[in-house]
Amino acid sequence: METLYKELKQYFDVDEFSVQKASLAFLRVPKSQLVSLLTHMKDIRGYTHLVMVTCVDYLEQDSFLLTYLLHNYSTHCDLGIQVSISRQNPVMDGIHHLWEQGRVYQRELFEMFGIDFPGSPDVHEPMILEGWQGPPPMRRDFDTKAYSEATYSHRPRDHKEPEEYMKQQLYPED
Amino acid sequence: MSDIEIKDNPDIKSELQTPPEPGYSEWRKDENTLYNDGLPEEEKDWFCDARPQKARKSVQVIENFLNWARSQSLWILAFGTGCGAIELRPLVTSRYDISRLGMQPRPTPRQANLIMIGGYVSIKTLKRIVRSYEQMQGPKFVVAVCSCAINGGMYWDSYNTVKRIDEYIPVDVYVTGCMPRPEAVLAGFNKLKELIKAGKAEGQNLYIERFDWYKENQKKVIKDWNMPDYNW
Amino acid sequence: MNLAYKIFWAFISLGVVTVWGLTLNGIVHKIFARVQGRLGPPVWQPFLDIIKNNSIRTAISHGVMFYLGPVFRIAGGIGTYMFIPVLFGSVYFSNFSMSGDVLLVMYFIFFGQLGMALGAGEGGHPYSAIAVSRGLAQMTAFEVPFALSVISLALQYKTLSITEIVAAQQGSFLNWTLFTNPLAVIAAMIAMLGMNMYNPFSLVIAPQEIPIGPPTEYQASFLGLLATNRGIFGGAKLVLFMNLYFGGATNLVELIVKTFWIYMLSVFVGAAYPRFRTEDSIRFFLKYPTALGIISVLLFSL
Ligand code: SF4
Repeated sequence: METLYKELKQYFDVDEFSVQKASLAFLRVPKSQLVSLLTHMKDIRGYTHLVMVTCVDYLEQDSFLLTYLLHNYSTHCDLGIQVSISRQNPVMDGIHHLWEQGRVYQRELFEMFGIDFPGSPDVHEPMILEGWQGPPPMRRDFDTKAYSEATYSHRPRDHKEPEEYMKQQLYPED
Repeated sequence: MSDIEIKDNPDIKSELQTPPEPGYSEWRKDENTLYNDGLPEEEKDWFCDARPQKARKSVQVIENFLNWARSQSLWILAFGTGCGAIELRPLVTSRYDISRLGMQPRPTPRQANLIMIGGYVSIKTLKRIVRSYEQMQGPKFVVAVCSCAINGGMYWDSYNTVKRIDEYIPVDVYVTGCMPRPEAVLAGFNKLKELIKAGKAEGQNLYIERFDWYKENQKKVIKDWNMPDYNW
Repeated sequence: MNLAYKIFWAFISLGVVTVWGLTLNGIVHKIFARVQGRLGPPVWQPFLDIIKNNSIRTAISHGVMFYLGPVFRIAGGIGTYMFIPVLFGSVYFSNFSMSGDVLLVMYFIFFGQLGMALGAGEGGHPYSAIAVSRGLAQMTAFEVPFALSVISLALQYKTLSITEIVAAQQGSFLNWTLFTNPLAVIAAMIAMLGMNMYNPFSLVIAPQEIPIGPPTEYQASFLGLLATNRGIFGGAKLVLFMNLYFGGATNLVELIVKTFWIYMLSVFVGAAYPRFRTEDSIRFFLKYPTALGIISVLLFSL
């Protein structure tokens, strides 16, 4: 992993390298170099399997952190490639030309975080949230409790509050 | 079924009796016709736009006998909406074996009498549930398994999960638990059988009686309504 | 015996075979359940299901042919049964066997399936169409050994009338076709496995993958009619096989014992074996049973 990082360093601006265990490491790359790094990893380094694409919302730093997790079948190593994109203008290059399944992740990311992938097929079609009209629900500034209370009716408790009830049962003198 | 629910749950009563809105809402043309607004223009005449009518019962003595037969031969449409549906598989194995109660799983809503809601219901699933429920030929019964179907359970603050399934389709029996043991589900089935034999499981007619109220509720949460207003 | 009397008794024997066929169905479910270590539904469950299905309050139809599908089906079942003598030598349980022969009966076996195919097709459900095409393909395949075996029988007994075939088998059990023409019997019994659609050949109704086969769209009393037909048609087939190959029956007890054991053959095979794909089952039917059938035809024509 270390050697891999050193070799990659010669071609790409990778940094923030961190090794989690012998077969898992993460590194960070600028947004503009992501697709070329992924192509490099897939075609030359043998990281042929796209495990997943995830996103973390860093509200305080005003950025999304995307993680592309790759797997190498010959060495059984996982490499997470992270890229930070701005929260104000969440647009990212698609990787559906490298991995066909990438478009499903991109649809999901668009639906849940509102990150756009121009050119990715069906990216604006609803996948899980059919007919969703609110803001993307996985963003941290979306208040899911308030939304749920406003949208769905709640069944009020028609018996006793458990806390009160148990208190009365166990410590009637208090 | 109506009087049981209302007797046991005072809060449902108040809400169920909200009078339907005056006049005809945008999805209802008049007394007997629906607009089917959600459908594209060219598909409209593929579907029936009549309002469902209440089904007639026969003479009480015969009806009692038929109710007994219905309760002895319940065919389940297992709607595996959530994790609770995993409890359905043990039910058909040799340990619990619902077939000795005369029940069997039926994979098509047309032939089923009993729809099982197995867990939390997201909006996307609710659409399919409504569709399957309306396609069933009735008398049809609903058993909702899991806390999530009752009051939201652990998804009480989720953005995409309805909290009370009985606002969207009439439920006959609830089975609580997260998730309920197969024994509890069996007890629920037995309870349902008692209700059917007593002639109290009239969910189908209740649904048609309060059709407006149920439709309003469904349309409120299902934002992209792209199916007929009543799925025959 | 005049005609009205005959019709009256034909109805009674129809009732008997319906009840017996449905009871057999219940027994089969019980046996399958016991094989799988379950308690299983009660034996009278098929009757309850029929009552339940007929008591459904609403029903959806998809057109005229959809209505006619189950009607054809049950007409096929009743037609098959009506031309089979049920009890040999009995004036009451001989139906209309004086006016039809085994070819007519074979035609009726086919007829119900075809009507059902048309009706299920109008239901418009893709699963019905898949199941219908599978069913018809498989039926055409198992019809070949069955037809060959019947031809061999016709050569052997020099007649096509079922009553005469049964008459020729009377006397001792060594006169049964089972012992005088074993190859034809084996071919026909394998064809019956396909007809009953238990396990190796159950892809048509494929309980798991294409839910319940052709009747996917049928509900309520349509389904009740189809379930009733299962009793009639199943019973009729068993009586036919008993007449052709196992010496017929001279009283009801003999009928019940013989049909029960004929049915159990396909049940035992069904409980023990996994399932063929359609192309495999067609290949199977066109291989061994057909070869046996051809050999038996050759034996009796030379
Ligand atoms: S109640 Fe529990 S087991 Fe049932 S659907 Fe909800 S979370 Fe899953």
